[in-house]
Amino acid sequence: METLEQIKSRIEAAVPGARLEVIPNDSPAKQASLLVDPTCALDVARFLRDDPQLQLDYASNVTGVDWLDTAVKEKVKVKKVVDGAEKEVEETVEKKRPGYLEAVYHLYSIALKHGPVVLRQRTENRTDKTHLASLTPVYRGAEFQEREAYDLYGLIFDGHPDLRRILMWDGFKDFPMRKDYVEPDDYEYEPTPHDDVLEKATRHYAPEVKI
Amino acid sequence: MSATTESPPSRNYEILPKADFNGALDGDVLEVSMGPQHPSTHGVFRMDVVLDGETVLKLKPVFGYLHRNHEQIAERTSYLASMPYTDRLDYFCSLTNNWAYALTVEKLAGLQPPERAEYIRIITAELTRLQNHTCLAGFLLMDMGALGTPLMYAFREREKILDLFESLTGARMMCNYMRFGGCRVDLPEGWLEQAKKVVESYPGFLDEFENLLSSNEIVMARTQGVGRLSKDLAINASITGPMLRACGVNYDIRKVDKYGIYDRFDFRVPLGDHGDCYDRYMIRILEMRESLKILNQALKDIPAGPIMDPKAKLRAFKPKPGEVYGRIEAPKGELGFYLISDGSASPYRYRVRPPSLINLTILEDMCLGQSVADVVVILGSVDIVLGEVDR
Amino acid sequence: MLGTGIIKGMAETARNFLGSYTSEERLPTVQYPEEKLPAKENARSFPFLVYDRNDPELGLRCVACLICEKECPPQCIYIVKDTTKKPDHTGKLQAHPKTFDIDISVCMSCQICAEVCPFDAIKMDIEYAFSTGDRFEGLLLHKEQLAKPNDHYQKIHPTEAAEADARLAEEKAKAEAKAKAAAAAEKPAEMAVPGSVR
Repeated sequence: METLEQIKSRIEAAVPGARLEVIPNDSPAKQASLLVDPTCALDVARFLRDDPQLQLDYASNVTGVDWLDTAVKEKVKVKKVVDGAEKEVEETVEKKRPGYLEAVYHLYSIALKHGPVVLRQRTENRTDKTHLASLTPVYRGAEFQEREAYDLYGLIFDGHPDLRRILMWDGFKDFPMRKDYVEPDDYEYEPTPHDDVLEKATRHYAPEVKI
Repeated sequence: MSATTESPPSRNYEILPKADFNGALDGDVLEVSMGPQHPSTHGVFRMDVVLDGETVLKLKPVFGYLHRNHEQIAERTSYLASMPYTDRLDYFCSLTNNWAYALTVEKLAGLQPPERAEYIRIITAELTRLQNHTCLAGFLLMDMGALGTPLMYAFREREKILDLFESLTGARMMCNYMRFGGCRVDLPEGWLEQAKKVVESYPGFLDEFENLLSSNEIVMARTQGVGRLSKDLAINASITGPMLRACGVNYDIRKVDKYGIYDRFDFRVPLGDHGDCYDRYMIRILEMRESLKILNQALKDIPAGPIMDPKAKLRAFKPKPGEVYGRIEAPKGELGFYLISDGSASPYRYRVRPPSLINLTILEDMCLGQSVADVVVILGSVDIVLGEVDR
Repeated sequence: MLGTGIIKGMAETARNFLGSYTSEERLPTVQYPEEKLPAKENARSFPFLVYDRNDPELGLRCVACLICEKECPPQCIYIVKDTTKKPDHTGKLQAHPKTFDIDISVCMSCQICAEVCPFDAIKMDIEYAFSTGDRFEGLLLHKEQLAKPNDHYQKIHPTEAAEADARLAEEKAKAEAKAKAAAAAEKPAEMAVPGSVR
């Protein structure tokens, strides 16, 4: 199979207006991924499925990921006056990276038996702009998995035929898999509480085991 | 507090849409919930079925009754502590779940299990496949009305395999046996001889089973032509496992990815012609025979040696940051794990790709136009386990 | 002829039914609780603490290092360290637990606590009949209920216990040899001090 850079250049040639970026992966697994803009995601997916060299006709895994607001440390060369002379000094600058939600797709090919090609779609922020393009019209197998990403993360897929909760019950509020999810305070007695369970326990009754 | 998003799009799905069904305007259209408590739904699984008489007009599966939030627990605990929880995903096949997770983490951290460990992994995985398909054949026949007898014969054979697991790992079903870099303990004395005895007696049992059922007219009438699935729809709907091969698609991850040391073994991949329930049942019987071939070869050739990678750490295991997707051919389909590590002791994102959930995507397409009794047979042939569907 | 398949199946069932009177293999049931299947050596049900020398207080191998509490996946172990110290099998002073509770209604018998313990102190038992009327207190096992002698461990898991005993005996022998070497090194120093006439 071709490398990700080659695939990226062919997609840019075939799908006009596509905006892509390769995200590297430094672990021993070496599965780099392709970031796709939600406006062109459906066309890119159709190209990947129908292209005779790739024929990625099987969407193996569709999942959501939650990235919180973090600060990223970067080393920047800054001109500073040190001991009377102007020098270039390396300083670590903390940049705020805003949080976002992400949908990751792993595509394989059953016809040509190669893969995987990893696609990612990112939202702009975690609060109100959480719409992404649904790839269900191209890959039917993404139907239940995109529903699960909506149910657990709050990613809204435009173009999905039937977007509703799949694992939680229909009246459930909130999105359980997000990193800032707070559980409801419905505590039951537990004989051996630890860590955060212990904090919850002490709010409801005095600790059992006396030291 | 958690973030709020705008309200979701309104449902474009109603259980009973008005005046949508031709010919049913003057008849009775009945909505039945084949509810979570049902002897034939293989767990707490619900189907909202709209019926015209006995014909299925619409079918929507509803699940989530067994959702235990396994993924969030794994993001809170260490990598090793998730291993016993993976046993409980597809609770019939705990050893293959363990292998899928161990394989994914080994890919992420760059560990390499030694040869004896790979042989033990293949032996236990094929034994798991044997007992899972045996169970499935028994349950499918029980769903069709052969109330207990084939199931009891199947379980009688399955007990022998579970005895092998107990003497190796300590538990019959929740084995918790694979570790990152190898296996937990070595084979005890006399285990190989016992395993060889079980594997030698199995073809006799399969012949008995086929004698009992595969040419039985009732079984043939109830499964042939029922629940047909076309090749293109199966590939597009991400179906994997025996269901995909029953449609005639030659895709077995053991042959495609060649994980473990499967490329050293000589076995074939059975394919079906029609994609109906009878094909899926026969594919599983044939797969059992192929597993026996692999087991015979593996039990003969297993070398001596260490069973753990010397670089592997048991406690305080912190793989480098990165992400990986690893998959194996579990008895039910493609079981995959997607892990994102940020360098700490617990994964940042842990995702299980459940074959049973994704194989349910086309349950409705297969059941349209069939009768209610066929729905039970079709669901039985999909082979779901709710622990995996809901996690 | 229509029906031959069914007749073949009936013949199979008849063979199993009549065969269950003659052959052991076709009658796999065991009349529990009058008969019980023999326990396998590696079987596991719930953890227990091992003590040596038939002394549940001083012979307890556990040194309250809290590793099993940290590694337990459902966090069902609760340990409180005692303020005093007691000598272990090599004679070194170690801490020991004042409270050691395991909640077996939460325990999932995964054996990780036994695997990570560096002192061979917590091992897996094979007893499974724990049903009780009290849902909370009856299923919370304390140190006194968990502590069992080394003879029990040798009876249920002979090979593992033999390995553990060999390892502990080796450590004890090494500690004794070091102590003897240290004592021998002190003696010449004593004699070489002048002026200390007795």
